[in-house]
Amino acid sequence: MKEITYKEALREALSEEMTRDENVILMGEDIGLYGGNFQVTQDLVLQFGEERVMDTPLSEAVIAGCATGAAMSGLRPVVEVMFSDFVTLMMDNLVNQAAKQSFMSAGKVSVPLVVRLPVGCGTGAAAQHSQSLEAWMCHVPGLKVVFPSNPYEAKGLMKAAIRDNNPIIFCEHKMLYNAVGNVPEDDYVIQIGQANVMKKGAHLSIITYGYSVQKCLQAAMQLKTRGIDAEIIDLRTLLPLDEKTIIDSVKKTGRALIVHDAVRTGGVGGEIAALIAEKAFPYLKAPVVRLAGKDVPIPFNKKLEQAAVPQVADIKKAAERLMRK
Amino acid sequence: MSLTNEKTINMYTKMVTARLMEEMIGELFAEGMLHGTTHLGIGQEASAIAACMTLQEGDKITLTHRNHVGCIGIGMELKYIMAEMFGKETGACSGFGGSMHLVDVEKGNLGANGIVGGGLGIATGAALKMKYKKDNNVVLCFLGDGATNEGLFHEAMNLASIWKLPVVFYVENNGYAVSMPTERSMNIRDIEKRAEGYGMRSIILDGNNAIDVYNMTFSAVQYVREGNGPMLIESKTYRISGHSRNDTEQRYRDSQEVEQWSAKCPIKRLEEYMLKNNIADEEMLKDINAQVTQELKEAILFSQNSIEPDVEDLQRYVYAK
Repeated sequence: MKEITYKEALREALSEEMTRDENVILMGEDIGLYGGNFQVTQDLVLQFGEERVMDTPLSEAVIAGCATGAAMSGLRPVVEVMFSDFVTLMMDNLVNQAAKQSFMSAGKVSVPLVVRLPVGCGTGAAAQHSQSLEAWMCHVPGLKVVFPSNPYEAKGLMKAAIRDNNPIIFCEHKMLYNAVGNVPEDDYVIQIGQANVMKKGAHLSIITYGYSVQKCLQAAMQLKTRGIDAEIIDLRTLLPLDEKTIIDSVKKTGRALIVHDAVRTGGVGGEIAALIAEKAFPYLKAPVVRLAGKDVPIPFNKKLEQAAVPQVADIKKAAERLMRK
Repeated sequence: MSLTNEKTINMYTKMVTARLMEEMIGELFAEGMLHGTTHLGIGQEASAIAACMTLQEGDKITLTHRNHVGCIGIGMELKYIMAEMFGKETGACSGFGGSMHLVDVEKGNLGANGIVGGGLGIATGAALKMKYKKDNNVVLCFLGDGATNEGLFHEAMNLASIWKLPVVFYVENNGYAVSMPTERSMNIRDIEKRAEGYGMRSIILDGNNAIDVYNMTFSAVQYVREGNGPMLIESKTYRISGHSRNDTEQRYRDSQEVEQWSAKCPIKRLEEYMLKNNIADEEMLKDINAQVTQELKEAILFSQNSIEPDVEDLQRYVYAK
């Protein structure tokens, strides 16, 4: 094992996959000498050249479309979107093109594509550079949506995503880029579609993903001193959802708290709550609780920004309240 | 490669196939035999087919919602096209795609697109792969006049130009985007002019003259194949058929205009050319028409006798293996 950051883990995954397979190419804005807006692709252009690390003009629609066409033709493009908010400019190419090629052709065409989205708030970048739009992507059959919460997952999921034959929306939380963690020295992948029980517990299930996993782990430590033993499910993949791991946990604990940064209305949390209601209702000791981002755009002011998404203290409070029910 | 007599006859056969097929599809819809909607390309046979015939092994095309004629051009089999119209398991997309999504990767058709301009990114990407792998191939990207007002058109033109990608943007200007005439949707007469802003070479051709389409497109494809970067071709043509199945009244254009263009029928013009240059005689043309009529009958029979896709397979192709 070695200790590296989330962004180093991503860079290692890209570099190792590019070394392994010459069909893997990178495309995006300022990903060459500039190294990417969050330095994820730092120095890869020196290692692999401009033919494989392609700086693009500011043309999100055609970046996504071009990557889709290249993927349909046998390459394995990995696209960096500067901020996940800009994926709005790519939507036709992802939703109507990439996601539907396999289906419309009855399996004759496939799109092995990875689209990397720096997601989330916490950097003071305000309303157009801080959103968590992953739920939109989960509404599109044909896409897969993954969201690693630490360096180990970042590397293992990135490798799995690059080797997958489908378009993968790869969410990376900006507040995690400098987070440190252990990763194996050897090649490994993390299976897409499988959640992970991050911490075992008996009293309630906290179901979460991405940056919120780190906050939930901190909250769980504080809850422990109060005698509450929380189980934490790190979803890792949002589409397809690992229903079994969620349901097994809720059946065991009888209580479910769902936590995410993304706004509450239409969020992934609603889907999980419905799933629990359908498949584990008789096991519930209390109603399912969703602790999500407020239904507001992300504000600039730091205090307001923090108030817009669940913080450790909010998670702790919600868990305690749920235990009292 | 110049247009041999054999190739001219082949081109004519495909044009007749496309015309009779489109007329038949129109009738089948009118009779309620086909489900959904369709966009016929009657009048645009030379424009699409002669352009496709300039391609060689390994070249690719992307098509629009008005794609059946191009499918014939690239060599897709009539029976698989027709079976897809009927939504059958034996169709080009096993009944999952339908009229707007015909695809045959082996024949070179990367897929037709229901989103106007939707093929532009895909074509650019397919060309990127060709350049990256030094394939010596090109992509012929079909689009209509309407698509040149979409944002993706401009992004794709620019990207293809700066990366010198082997793609020919083939704009079939048929005068209308559904009911909107080009005179009202853009402030220029020739779409070709749009290439200049991207530092791209471009030409205009008479899309109703099969010989011109072939020769001029061939030169453009060759230029692109040699690594000189992309080109834009504006093929001026006209859609005799309505926009779609629902476009029955056609209040946006007068019948005189349709008649004037019908007089420039690309098939009749090619027939005249072939007769004048002793490429074929009347009897041969008659035989070809009879043979195509027979093939079309067989394709419909094949379609009607084919089974429907199994409901059990509904989710089978959502994800690739």
